[in-house]
Amino acid sequence: MNLTPNEYQEMTKKASPGTKSYKTIPMAFLIGGLICSFGQFLTNLYQELGMSLDIASAVTSVSLIFIAALLTGLNLYNKIAKFAGAGTLVPITGFSNSVVAPALEFKSEGYILGLGAKLFIISGPVIVYGITASAVYGLILYLFKLY
Amino acid sequence: MSIRISKSTILLDTKPSVLSYAAIVGKKEGEGPLARHFDVICDDTTLGEETWEKAESQMQRNAVSKALEKAKLSSADLELLFAGDLLNQCISSSYGLRDLQVPFYGLYGACSTMAESLGLISIFADNQLVTYGAAVTSSHFCTAERQFRQPLEYGGQRAPTAQWTVTGSGAVIVGQSNKPPYVKAVTIGKIVDLGVKDINNMGAAMAPAAADTIGTYLKDTKTNPGDYDLILTGDLGTVGSDLLIDLLKHDQIDISQVHNDCGKLIYDLESQDVHAGGSGCGCAASVLCAYILKRISEGVLKNVLFVATGALMSTTSFQQGESIPGIAHLVHLSDHK
Repeated sequence: MNLTPNEYQEMTKKASPGTKSYKTIPMAFLIGGLICSFGQFLTNLYQELGMSLDIASAVTSVSLIFIAALLTGLNLYNKIAKFAGAGTLVPITGFSNSVVAPALEFKSEGYILGLGAKLFIISGPVIVYGITASAVYGLILYLFKLY
Repeated sequence: MSIRISKSTILLDTKPSVLSYAAIVGKKEGEGPLARHFDVICDDTTLGEETWEKAESQMQRNAVSKALEKAKLSSADLELLFAGDLLNQCISSSYGLRDLQVPFYGLYGACSTMAESLGLISIFADNQLVTYGAAVTSSHFCTAERQFRQPLEYGGQRAPTAQWTVTGSGAVIVGQSNKPPYVKAVTIGKIVDLGVKDINNMGAAMAPAAADTIGTYLKDTKTNPGDYDLILTGDLGTVGSDLLIDLLKHDQIDISQVHNDCGKLIYDLESQDVHAGGSGCGCAASVLCAYILKRISEGVLKNVLFVATGALMSTTSFQQGESIPGIAHLVHLSDHK
């Protein structure tokens, strides 16, 4: 074989099928949108029940997180995700799924070194850089307000 | 005595026989096109164990027991065991086989381990170092996923080029006999790396190694692809298979008429949602031990080149940005001596 890695990379690119974006993007939009609409429905419902907007929003988040955790435990969330793709990954439900899934998976290595240590194996980077970014944003905002 | 005819290829003088073989698979594999050929299909992929790792160990132990039973032997008759799997430190093999009390060599050749172990035990048998020896490998979707990819319940999606790790195990008992399948030759693969870094495209990473090994064997034995009924790679899947055929065409070798891949055979690629096909040690092992060896025994297949392919990376090397080295070992199986 007298092929350079670059030539082989070209061959590989040609032979490898890409994601069917024409199907995955509309599905993500549809299901992701449905989840968000359901969230809005919950907020309105909680407000109807007499909660203030702030409280209703918080309770909505908690409700969505709970439902996603339950569906993950029932081995249903990943089945919905098969069709929804990023639609189930991006909303707050995806975060819940990314914490509960490793909890279930690594329970067999014990509650401390398994479940405890690996709980944030997927969502860890989101938390680390999310908090870092919000701190930087807060600093910038503070500096702007000084002048 | 075995004869080394080149740096890589060894001809087996006495042509040891595969005395018996057994394949055990999981539920998904049992729903695939090869279903009726497997010895055991486990509808419960936990095999009644608490952990996936224990389930895989048990599958490997059961495969050896079944193969021994079919050869009317017991583990006391076995003189040597070559085994391997995909898990860190090959725990499926060592925990699965520890109670057998048979001299044991643990191997790691990633998904190439079935050809590696079969080749080695055949060389031992050819040189009269063992009367009865065994080779066994396994993989389990659930153990491999948690080690190499994501927790099972996580909703992240797989790339179209990704492959599905086979839940399965295959075992062979090798010795001297006048019944086929016979092991005629072995080619030991070289590590080949053409710089593929995509862990979701293992077929592409391993195809150059398969091309190298097949090209080497054909050159060493001065034979052509047309001399074989089947050139069967281990788990290149659809992407890797296409690349293999293209790579060999560069060297003026056309295997397109006789090539197939265990990763393409084990699942129905249309309906079973496995993307580019099956993979894992258990893929090549279960297809070989369920279907191919049976077809050679029956004389339907006369000459088969079994080329199991392995990707020799780890999650650490991948995260550190290293490319994926591939390897492929070849075993020439035949229905006549």
